[in-house]
Amino acid sequence: MNPSALYALSAVEKVHGPAFALRVDEFCIPRGEVFGLLGPTGAGKSTLLRLLAGLEPPDRGVIRFDGRTLVADERSLAARRRMTLVYQRPLLLAGTVRFNVEYGLRLRRVRDAARRAEAILDRLGLLRIARQSARTLSGGQIQLVALARALVIEPDVLLLDEPTVNLDPAYVALVEQAVRDIRQERTLTVVWATHNLHQARRVTGRAALLLDGAVVETAPTRSLFEQPADPRTADFIEGRMIY
Amino acid sequence: MVSSHCGSKVCVPIDISDFQSIVWLSVRVSGAAVVISSLIGIPLGVWCGVSRRLRRVVLPLASTGMALPPVVVGLLLYILLSRSGPLGWLGWLFTPGAMILAQSLLALPFVTAITMHSVGSVPEELGMQVKSLGGSGWQCRWAVLREARPGVLLAVAAAFGRSISEVGAVLIVGGNIQGHTRVLTTAIVLETSKGRFEFALALGGALLVLALLVNLIVLRWQAGRVPG
Repeated sequence: MNPSALYALSAVEKVHGPAFALRVDEFCIPRGEVFGLLGPTGAGKSTLLRLLAGLEPPDRGVIRFDGRTLVADERSLAARRRMTLVYQRPLLLAGTVRFNVEYGLRLRRVRDAARRAEAILDRLGLLRIARQSARTLSGGQIQLVALARALVIEPDVLLLDEPTVNLDPAYVALVEQAVRDIRQERTLTVVWATHNLHQARRVTGRAALLLDGAVVETAPTRSLFEQPADPRTADFIEGRMIY
Repeated sequence: MVSSHCGSKVCVPIDISDFQSIVWLSVRVSGAAVVISSLIGIPLGVWCGVSRRLRRVVLPLASTGMALPPVVVGLLLYILLSRSGPLGWLGWLFTPGAMILAQSLLALPFVTAITMHSVGSVPEELGMQVKSLGGSGWQCRWAVLREARPGVLLAVAAAFGRSISEVGAVLIVGGNIQGHTRVLTTAIVLETSKGRFEFALALGGALLVLALLVNLIVLRWQAGRVPG
C-alpha cells in the first residue's frame, strides 16, 4: 500500500442485493492525478465512486482518505467537504441556475458565494442562463450546471461519474478543458469514471479497469492501452469483450 | 346593528359585533388547529416520507384518518372531556380549547398524509446528491423538505379547509355558545334553523372569503420565490 496515496482501500466489499457490487482487495489512488475508472456498465464504477465520496459505507473493509478512515456519517463531514461527486444523472434543486451553483457554498456558509458562482458560470459559458429556472434546462445544460456546482466548491477531489455522457462534442471539449485548466491552477485529484475509451486516453494519467465489481488492472493509462497486462483488459480495449 | 332587507320589508337585524366575534373566533380556532396539526404533522410526514418502510405503514393509516367522520371524533372527545370522562379534569368541554383539539385531530391526517406523499415524491437520490455537495444530515433533510415545499403548503391549506369548514365535532365539544364557542359553521346551522337566511348567507360568505384568502396566500407561496 502506497503511504502517500490520497485514497487507500483495503479488503473493501459492497453488496447490492444477492451479488457483490464491488470487491476490492487493495487499491490506491494517488494524489493530484486524473485517475480513470474504466469498465462496462454495471462493472462497479458508480458504486466505487459513491464509496470514495463517503456517501455510502462499505459492507466490509476500510477506506482511508488522506490517512484517515472515511466513514459515511457526520464524523467524516470535514473530509467529505473536501470532495464532491458529479453524477451521471444529476438532480438540480428548484430555483435558478445561479442558486444551484451557489448551493454547495451556501451549505458551507461561504461569504463570497455570489462572486465565486459568477466566475464558474462564466468559465463554463453558463452566465446567459444564470437567472433561468433549473427546471427549464436541457439534459446537457443540467450536466454542465452540475459540473459548475461541483467546481465552485474548489474541492481537493473531484469524482466524476460519466460527466459528459449527455453532452455534445463541443461541450465535452469544454468540460475537459475546464478540468485541465483548474488542475493547472491548483492541486486537484480527479477520479473520472467513463466507458468512453477515447476520453479516458485524453484526460486520464492513470487508470483502472473494473469488471464485475473487481479491479482487473491498474496502470498508467498509456500502458493500459498499449501493453495491457491482463488479457481481459486487452479484450475490453479492443472491443472484443461481450458483456 | 344593521338591518337586512327582504324586498321592501325589514327583516331580523344582523348584529355586526356578533358577526365579527364569530368570524374572529373561527379564525383563531382554525388557525390554532392548523398550527398544532402542522407542528406535529409536517415533521411526522417528513420522517415517514423519507423512509419507504415507514411510509408503507403510516400512509394508509393517515389516508384513512382523512376520512374520519367529524361527528364521531366530536363524540369521542365529548366522552373524554366530559366531567366524568378521563380528561374531565381539564375542564375543556364547551371551550374553544376543546374545539381546537377536535379540529387539530381532524386536520392532522391531512397534513401528515399530504406531506408524506410530497416528501416521498422527491427523488431519493436528491438527498444523496446534496450530501455529495457537502451537506450534513440536517442539510440533506432540509433540501428534501424544500423540494417538497409546494406539497407541504398544500397540506397546510387542506388542513385549514378541513378545520374552518368543520361543523359536527365543534358543535358537540363546543356547544355553540354565543360569544364563547360559536364559530361560522355552527352559527350557520343555528341561523338556518331559525330561518335567518340572510345572516346565515352572510356567515357563509365570510367562510368562503376566509378559505379563498388562505388558498390565495398558499398559491402565492407555491408559485413565487424562485431562489436566485
